[in-house]
Amino acid sequence: MVYAAVAAGSFRRYATYRIATVAGVFTNTVFGFIVAYTYLALWAERPHLGGYDQAQALTFVWTGQALLATAALMGGGGLDELQERIRSGDIAVDLYRPADLQLWWLAADLGRAGLQLIGRGVVPMAVGALAFPLALPGDALTWGCFLLSVLFGVLVSFALRYLVALASFWLLDGSGLAMISGLACLFFTGMVLPLRVFPGGFGEAVQLLPWAAVLQVPADVLMGVRSGDGLVRGLVFQAGWAVALLALGRLVQSAATRKVVVHGG
Amino acid sequence: MWMRSTLAYRTSFVMMALGSFAANGLDFIAIMLMFSQIEALGGFSLPEVAFLYGTSGMALGLADLLLGSIEGLGLRIRDGTLDTLLVRPVPVFAQIAADRFALRRVGRITQALLVLGWALPRIEVDWTVGRVLMVPLMAVCGTAIFAAVFTAGAAFQFWAQDAAQVQNSFTYGGNALLQYPPTVFAKELVRGVTYLVPLAFVNWLPALRLLGRPDPLGLPGWVDFLGPVVAALMCTGAGLAWRLGLRGYRSTGS
Repeated sequence: MVYAAVAAGSFRRYATYRIATVAGVFTNTVFGFIVAYTYLALWAERPHLGGYDQAQALTFVWTGQALLATAALMGGGGLDELQERIRSGDIAVDLYRPADLQLWWLAADLGRAGLQLIGRGVVPMAVGALAFPLALPGDALTWGCFLLSVLFGVLVSFALRYLVALASFWLLDGSGLAMISGLACLFFTGMVLPLRVFPGGFGEAVQLLPWAAVLQVPADVLMGVRSGDGLVRGLVFQAGWAVALLALGRLVQSAATRKVVVHGG
Repeated sequence: MWMRSTLAYRTSFVMMALGSFAANGLDFIAIMLMFSQIEALGGFSLPEVAFLYGTSGMALGLADLLLGSIEGLGLRIRDGTLDTLLVRPVPVFAQIAADRFALRRVGRITQALLVLGWALPRIEVDWTVGRVLMVPLMAVCGTAIFAAVFTAGAAFQFWAQDAAQVQNSFTYGGNALLQYPPTVFAKELVRGVTYLVPLAFVNWLPALRLLGRPDPLGLPGWVDFLGPVVAALMCTGAGLAWRLGLRGYRSTGS
C-alpha cells in the first residue's frame, strides 16, 4: 500500500540524519539531567506532590525527554514542510496526486515518529534509568500498553499539528501560529511540569485537553499510575481526541482545498 | 532589511514576538507553579530564583540577539549558500551574525528584564555602589560568555554540519541550568559548569556573592570576580576555533 511505503520512506529519511540524531540524544540527555535535579529538589520539599513519589517524578522527566522528538512535543516535526508547501503554492501539485493529503502526511509522520522513538527515545531513557532510580514496569504487558498509548499520543499530536499547518491556507505565513502552538504543546502536555502538579481546578481542566493525551497519559501508563479501569479510560480518552481532531482536520482540509486558487504562469 | 521583511507579515510577526516572549515566560510560569506548592527550592526563595532567572535570561537574550543566527551555519554549509558569503568583502562572521536578524528576539530580553525588575527590590541585599555595579557587569560578562558558546558551537558545525542541537544544549540548556540555584544540582554537574564550560560565571558565582551565600564548591572568594577574565578567555578561544573552522572549510559543491 502506498501509505505504508510513505511511512517506510519517512522512517528511512530520518534514519539518514545520523549526526543530527546523536546530537538530539545528547541534548535530550542534558536537559533530562537538568530537569531531573530540579524535580528532585521539588519533591524533596513536597514529597508525593501530584500523587507521584520521587521515582515516578523522575520517570516522568525521562519519559518526556524520550517522547520529545517522537511526539513532537515542541511542534513542527516535519509538518513545517507542509506549511512551507502551502505558503509557496507547491500544495497545488500535491492536491492533484491520487493520494489523500491527510493520510499521506499521517503516514509520513508515523514513520518519523517510529524512527525518533528508537533513535532519540531509547538512549536518553536508558541513561536516565542508569543515573536515577526510575519507576519502570517489569512486565511486558505494561510496556505494550505504553507503546499503544504512545501511538495514540502521536496521532493526537499529528492531528493538532496538521490543523496548524492547514491554517497557512488562510494566514499565508504560518510560522507565528506554529510557534504559539508549539508552546501550547510544551505547556499543556506536561513537558514543562506534570499536569498532575498544576494546582486546583486548573490542574483538573488541563487534564481534559487533547494535549494531555500526548505525554501525560502515556507517562502515567508507563509508571503504572493508570492500570485497570484507569488504563482503559486513558486509552479511550486518547482515541476519542485522536478521532475528533482527525475528523476536524478533514473538515478544514476540504474547506481549504475548495478555496485554493492556482495562479498560472 | 531583515527587520522590514519580518514586519511584512504583520500577524505572524506579532505572534512570533508574543511567542518568543511567552516561550521564556513559560519557564517562569513553571517556576511559579512550583512555588505555589513550596516555600523554597534548594534553600532559595522565589525572588532569589527569579534573580537567577532574570540575570541568566538577560545574558542569553542579548547573546542570542547579537549572534543567534549563527545556529543556521550548518544549514548554510549543507545547501552551499555559505560560499556566497565567502566571496563578499565583509567578514563571514559579521554576515552570518546579521543574517536573518530577528527582531522578535527582543521578546526574550524584555521578559528577562521584567522578571529581574520584579526580583531586584525583593531580594535581601545590602546595596552598595560596588554591588549595584555588579548587576550590569554580570549582564556584560554573561553575554560575552554565551556569545563565545554560540561561536564555538558554530565553529563545531564546520565539522559536524547537522549537529546544531549540541550547541543548543550548552546555550539553552545552560540557561535552563542557571535559572535554578546551584544547590539543586549534583556536585559533579556544578563542577562541570565551573571548570569545563564555565557558565557558572554568567550568574551563579556573582549572584551567590550578592545574596551572601557560600558557593557549593567552596571556592575562594576572589573567584566570584573572575567573570571578565573568564569571558575574555572564552571569547578568544571561540574566535580561534571559528578561524580554524573557517580555514578548514571545504565547500560541499562538486
